[in-house]
Amino acid sequence: MADLQEKISQAFPEATFEQGDILMVNIPDARWHDLAKTLRDDPELHFDFLMTIVGMDWKDSLGCIYYFNSTVHRTHIAVKVTTTDRENPMIHSIADLWNIATIFEREVYDFFGIIFINNPDMRRLFLSIDWKGYPLRKDYDANPDINPVPTENERQSDFTTTYVEGPDGKIEKKEVRVFEEDDFVVNIGPQHPATHGVLRFRTAVDGETIKKIDVYMGYIHRGVEKICEQLTYPQTLHFMDRLDYFSAHPYHHCLCMTYEQALGIEISRRAQVIRVLMDELSRIASHCLFIGTFCMDLGATTMLFYTLRVREQILDIMEKTCGARMTFNYECIGGVMQDLHPDFVKDVHALLDVIPSNVKEYNKVFTGNIIARNRMEHVGYMSREDAISWSVTGPSGRGSGWACDVRKTDPYSIYPELDFEEVVRHEGDSMARFKVRMSEIEQSAKIIAQLIDNIPEGEYCVKVPKVIKIPAGRWFRVVEGCRGTFGIYLESDGSTSPYRLKIVPPCLPAAAAVDHLTRGAKIADLITIGGALDYIVPDIDR
Amino acid sequence: MEVTTKSMPYEAWKDNEYIESLVKELQENGTNVIVGSFDKLINWGRSNSIWPLTFATSCCGIEFVSLGAARFDMARFGWEVARSSPRQADFIMVAGTIVHRMAPVLRRLYDQLAEPKYVIATGACAVSGGPFKKSYHVVMGVDQVIPVDVYLPGCPPRPEAMIYAIMQLSRKMKVERFFGGVNRKEKQEEFLKTHPIEGVKD
Amino acid sequence: MFDFSLLTNWIHELLSSFMPEWLTVTTECVLIGVVLMLVYALLGLFYIYYERKLCAAFQCRLGPNRVGPFGLLQSFADMFKMLIKELISLNHVDKFLFALAPYLVILASMLAFAVLPWGNGLQVIDFNIGIFFLIAVSSIGVLGILLAGWSSNNKYTLIGALRSGAQMVSYELSVGLSVITMVCFAGTMSVGGIVEQQQDMWFIFKGHIPAIIAFIIYLIAGTAETNRGPFDLPEAESELTAGYHTEYSGIHFGFFYLAEYLNLFIVAGVAALLFFGGWAPLHFPGWDTFNHIMDYIPSVIWFIGKAIALSFIIIWFKWTFPRLRIDQMLALEWKYLLPINLVNLVLMVLIIVYGLHL
Repeated sequence: MADLQEKISQAFPEATFEQGDILMVNIPDARWHDLAKTLRDDPELHFDFLMTIVGMDWKDSLGCIYYFNSTVHRTHIAVKVTTTDRENPMIHSIADLWNIATIFEREVYDFFGIIFINNPDMRRLFLSIDWKGYPLRKDYDANPDINPVPTENERQSDFTTTYVEGPDGKIEKKEVRVFEEDDFVVNIGPQHPATHGVLRFRTAVDGETIKKIDVYMGYIHRGVEKICEQLTYPQTLHFMDRLDYFSAHPYHHCLCMTYEQALGIEISRRAQVIRVLMDELSRIASHCLFIGTFCMDLGATTMLFYTLRVREQILDIMEKTCGARMTFNYECIGGVMQDLHPDFVKDVHALLDVIPSNVKEYNKVFTGNIIARNRMEHVGYMSREDAISWSVTGPSGRGSGWACDVRKTDPYSIYPELDFEEVVRHEGDSMARFKVRMSEIEQSAKIIAQLIDNIPEGEYCVKVPKVIKIPAGRWFRVVEGCRGTFGIYLESDGSTSPYRLKIVPPCLPAAAAVDHLTRGAKIADLITIGGALDYIVPDIDR
Repeated sequence: MEVTTKSMPYEAWKDNEYIESLVKELQENGTNVIVGSFDKLINWGRSNSIWPLTFATSCCGIEFVSLGAARFDMARFGWEVARSSPRQADFIMVAGTIVHRMAPVLRRLYDQLAEPKYVIATGACAVSGGPFKKSYHVVMGVDQVIPVDVYLPGCPPRPEAMIYAIMQLSRKMKVERFFGGVNRKEKQEEFLKTHPIEGVKD
Repeated sequence: MFDFSLLTNWIHELLSSFMPEWLTVTTECVLIGVVLMLVYALLGLFYIYYERKLCAAFQCRLGPNRVGPFGLLQSFADMFKMLIKELISLNHVDKFLFALAPYLVILASMLAFAVLPWGNGLQVIDFNIGIFFLIAVSSIGVLGILLAGWSSNNKYTLIGALRSGAQMVSYELSVGLSVITMVCFAGTMSVGGIVEQQQDMWFIFKGHIPAIIAFIIYLIAGTAETNRGPFDLPEAESELTAGYHTEYSGIHFGFFYLAEYLNLFIVAGVAALLFFGGWAPLHFPGWDTFNHIMDYIPSVIWFIGKAIALSFIIIWFKWTFPRLRIDQMLALEWKYLLPINLVNLVLMVLIIVYGLHL
């Protein structure tokens, strides 16, 4: 950390530093773009993975915190850029350096109204074009009369705004067309069987070939981040179930770990083992459902029913212990809510017995099928560089040869002690993404098999204070969700509810990359590509 | 008149008062014998052939998928013909949160459904806003946007509960009159008048 | 074997005994029409039930079992519902063509019923170009689908209709060529004649290798002709919501729905006619006792049974395979099926010329 600080302060003497769990660099906006370039291109720094951009409102100033990872050195860094102008806040964009920054910056613009200079596409991301105010600002007026339930169809604009900085430093506002004038634009979504929820693609097609896709999100934007600011810490936990409802356990795990780290609570080993077991069980369930729905999208409906059988079995196990089929709310601060059900070990053994034969059956029915192979192979190719630049993590990123499994790169809980392989494939197409998930089922089963017979005795939940107050500070934690790197940014002002809780969803980059992956593909490939990226829309929209 | 479905005892239903009041309302006006028996035949057909629209926004939608799968198998009742086009479906299962941006879309979907059409508000979010009550962007209950026939609580409701809800809908269809004045339709028109066609006012 | 022409002749004589000839013919036409329509509706409803049950079996489910015994009345309930559903009238569509399209689709499959050999002597009309007529009328269905897609004034339906056009026009070739292969073998285009020739042994055995190749190609192309999975691109649910019939509601949609299943029956029926002897029972030369036992099964059951058994294979396809992409589908036809078909035709001709068939 000290080396990093030294190196940056040599090149950028105006930078100041804050220590914390991750080193944070404060940089004035004027030098920000240069710093970003150095961070990315300097081989000793090599921060090529932009994890997230956290928009912030500190009341006296607005700003962004950028979290970077180095895929080579496995180091982390955070950069803070602020502006005191509340009326017309502007920060330089880094969209030319990281592809995904375009979308992340749009999100910050949507929530905080910070304009990013040189970002090619400055539209709102989640909220509609006529929404008044910036909801995550602290002075946002939530009066429903200002933004009533819309009474007519949403206004549609074919134009986007961009703020370009001229050579003389003058900023000019420009209107740019999204599609060309004579494009045949087909609207896919928000209510469409292929979009896995309510995502909307405006698709310019030339016959059956896709020219460009404009992704519209926010059809299930529920404002979880803002609600969390009004709730106490334990109350915020249950929202994790409702983001990506397939990886409820890993998400819970992440938020609980963040709180425990902030509070300095050490949880018992039994609780840790239970958490990891639940994480891996839900990973199997999630991947099973992925295989089913993906095959259904490709037209092989029957596969869904075969994979759902295994999922039902897992849900039974979870239901016995957690009391619910989908929204468990099981992990809590200090451990888990209840102890394991007496049948747990027996049921998991029964599950482990059927998994290998089931995976074999799936491969037999679907993977080897010539039509399936033609539909998936060489479709939606994404190189490793693209995957990093678009921040597509999880099984989708690993299908492109990017070893991005947080359980290996940044181990947490008891994962370092476990013996499992990180599944990485190098083909980069939809087939690779599919196969990675197929193999991850086996790896998860391997992890469960290691743990199930040695669940240590002990308390499942340590004592925590009744009223939880987290000391002022900031924390950033990531875990491996079922669909990729899931992160929580927590900023506390010392009260009983978070000052800012930023959720970093893995599915947002995946959905943003759809345009890039589908250029020149057929309409049917859009289904394959979207299916193989496996995004969950409530996770994108939060 | 006991309205029930196959192999379900009448006492097992939880809301018989409501159905009984509905039946009473119907019988007050009296009906022609021929029209009445036609009604019975058609209602038998309608109540046994309820095709859902594939519509899901979040978690509840996944439980709806489970409902179609082997364990719960809604095909037994003939509900498995999920149509993707609203023109061909009979009811919307509003499975999941409806937010401001989605509200006009949902309304349009409802308008696109062919009569007779029904709505089941599935899950806490669709019933009342549920866990997102404090949100700035969530519609507090879909009944602000479209008329609802059956409310189904739960977060998400279990597939068994969904079966129960659709059975309730089926029961409701059985006591309606198709010929000679559709009592439901009047209520629906009343609703649409207070919630003008271009969208909603609260 | 019972010859149904005895029955039909008896009816004819009965009617003409007290009616002038023109009235007899008219009455018979009306009778046939009513019977055909009844058979049409019943078969359609049966097929809907059949597919739902089969698909449930493939997916480890039970399928409809609540409405009537074993769920047998499920499709009747669906029919009643469909009949009373609102027919939505749309602005901005060509109203006449929009309403015409479903009837064209229905008409195509209805006309094809006329030449199917339902049983011994049970055929509406047996003329010398029966097979040709069948191929000709079944192509009218494409017109209906194209019209439906185009007149709906909706981008999904338009893409669905264009896909359908491309698909049906190209697969028509394969269907046609494999039919020609068998017509060559039979030496006649008359449906009655083709069945007559298979009385001693079915063509699939008689024509061995080229007949089997033609059968496989016919089955693939026939599946594509009926727009069923894995060739269901025109109505690919996950891509185009409901394809060309997205905008249709009520009974108009019901017509498309019904026609899809009836086309399935027709494709299977023609396969039964060309390769499995139509209504002819399973006979092998020399196996006299066996042949005699087979004769006891009525000819109507033979034909419908064969058609249903063959449609089982097509339904099996649908619930097993993923869907093809449009370019892959066209490549399959033009790069593989068509050349194989042409070679197969030559092979068949050689076998006929040298008398190598059984």
